[in-house]
Amino acid sequence: MEKFEKLTGVAAPLPLINVDTDMIIPKQFLKTIKRSGLGVNLFDEMRYDDNGNEKPDFVLNKPAYREAEILVAGDNFGCGSSREHAPWAIKDFGIKAIISTSFADIFFNNCFKNGILPIVLPKAQVDVLMKDAEKGANARITVDLEAQTVTSSDGEVFQFEVDPFRKHCLLNGLDDIGLTLEKAPAIQAFETRMTAERPWV
Amino acid sequence: MTAPKTLYDKIWDAHVAHEAEDGTCLLYIDRHLVHEVTSPQAFEGLRMAGRSVHAPEKTIAVPDHNVPTTPDRVNGITNEESRIQVEALDQNAKDFGINYYPVNDIRQGIVHIVGPEQGWTLPGMTVVCGDSHTATHGAFGSLAHGIGTSEVEHVLATQTLIQKKSKNMKVEITGKLRPGVTAKDITLSVIGATGTAGGTGYVIEYCGEAIRDLSMEGRMTVCNMAIEGGARAGLIAPDEKTFEYIKGRPHAPKGAELEAALAWWKTLYSDADAHWDKVITLKAEDIAPVVTWGTSPEDVLPITGKVPAPEDFEGGKVEAVRRSLDYMGLKPGTPLNEIAIDTVFIGSCTNGRIEDLRAAAEILKGKKIKDGIRAMVVPGSGLVRAQAEEEGLADIFIEAGFEWRLAGCSMCLAMNPDQLSPGERCAATSNRNFEGRQGRGGRTHLLSPAMAAAAAVTGHLTDVRELM
Repeated sequence: MEKFEKLTGVAAPLPLINVDTDMIIPKQFLKTIKRSGLGVNLFDEMRYDDNGNEKPDFVLNKPAYREAEILVAGDNFGCGSSREHAPWAIKDFGIKAIISTSFADIFFNNCFKNGILPIVLPKAQVDVLMKDAEKGANARITVDLEAQTVTSSDGEVFQFEVDPFRKHCLLNGLDDIGLTLEKAPAIQAFETRMTAERPWV
Repeated sequence: MTAPKTLYDKIWDAHVAHEAEDGTCLLYIDRHLVHEVTSPQAFEGLRMAGRSVHAPEKTIAVPDHNVPTTPDRVNGITNEESRIQVEALDQNAKDFGINYYPVNDIRQGIVHIVGPEQGWTLPGMTVVCGDSHTATHGAFGSLAHGIGTSEVEHVLATQTLIQKKSKNMKVEITGKLRPGVTAKDITLSVIGATGTAGGTGYVIEYCGEAIRDLSMEGRMTVCNMAIEGGARAGLIAPDEKTFEYIKGRPHAPKGAELEAALAWWKTLYSDADAHWDKVITLKAEDIAPVVTWGTSPEDVLPITGKVPAPEDFEGGKVEAVRRSLDYMGLKPGTPLNEIAIDTVFIGSCTNGRIEDLRAAAEILKGKKIKDGIRAMVVPGSGLVRAQAEEEGLADIFIEAGFEWRLAGCSMCLAMNPDQLSPGERCAATSNRNFEGRQGRGGRTHLLSPAMAAAAAVTGHLTDVRELM
């Protein structure tokens, strides 16, 4: 997995609440058997009209945000389906950090598995960053995972919480499966015990 | 004397294979269900790393999202991308030696209907699947939740998940449901009360007289939509109904093993003085047949209500409602029972079980659907379909004017030929009314199977109690 350390980039504002994973990547793009190439269809139904032309008023179609690396989003971002195609599409587009007041549980997990940092901040702070993002390409936000800070373009610094294990994995680009397999003896011991206690499983 | 525990605490504690100092656990997974959409990249990852499936005997795969539901599917899937995805699952099941129900097996169906039907899902288990509606299996008192594809790969390789414990939430439904009110109305009403993010960070246990009174099918409907309320999982403590449902199923324990299992299963309930981080109580008698009017499952009202206005809400919801009324083509103040529909879809992992088909058929018996309405019934599995045919339900649907389909996810998510056209309005027994969910521009109203049948007869959203 790609490391995430520190990032300074353009942030795109998407204040809509309850953005679901069907909006992030509609079902017709789930038929792939690869992880790559989904960025062009990120937010497909909001981004393109029925003829496949870009809708100029959608945030990621505006010249200022075409290279956005950060998304400032409304409450409960990523609700709905478990599809990991949602973070794959976000990553493929080039977005590496998402800031919101809250995220849906499965989407939140999926981000960490793909080198994307989802950041939860209080409403008042997200509002500040949303306004900042609305200023366009010159307003660049900095996310520093090691220091656990988000810095607005005006230099205002917000501290965020992150699970220490997830932080460690993201900073070092660690593969979960490799880490878990180091604990194979514990898994084996559990299985031996369960075969005796709950043989019907 | 140990501290009092919730049902979730008990199942969690019984599955921790390793706990790190910071509380991060390796949770052992008893059953891993797999379908064709969220698994190809996971199997590919295993191959690239030269890894095998750790416990193929605990891994069960079935294609459901992509499969067409028309009879001609026996000749193969015509959509090339869908066919490739299903063929990839065929190959992966074979290469990795996992349990498999291919498209043309009578036991094929929606993964969350097949699991319980075949006796794979049992009380006290941990069950995962790369699908958010895995919460369904919580109806058996098993801890069941959706995971992403990276986690699918992790479970395939290690039979564990890296997890931190969620908080405990109790949702109690007291008293008895009124006639015409079903499990679907309970689960939608709970989401209406808590919001789609109300359960975030929690595992919900549903309890109370109205939940006890539900059949296993009804309990699965309730737990199925726990995810729409944001919860990681929904649970219902197992009881005699659960045990009766399980006994005799192909993969359920038998004989002495069943006796041993029952002894443990009977300890799976929340202790009287267990700690809850959040408690919600609804009175069953206050729950009416409901429908959704917007594009979030929390946009739910009794059928006797009216389409609300954006100004009725606060904060970010004002803009969200404006957007969703525009998408849905609805005007504030319109009585919900005057909304005309084009299509009726009965099926999905929420409402594709035998009891759902019985409830819809009960309303349709001796009636015809309104002229011009497209209506389809998609049984949740080949076995549900066979049983419905045996009980004469299929004849009732067909005589009423419904299409009688083969099993699959169908129009719930439109990854197969069953889709809405732009602007087409559908009364659906599925679980999500998101923009574009049932087809680009499609408009979805979620409701119970009986309410869907009533809408098919009248051509508009209808209070089923008027037809009973």
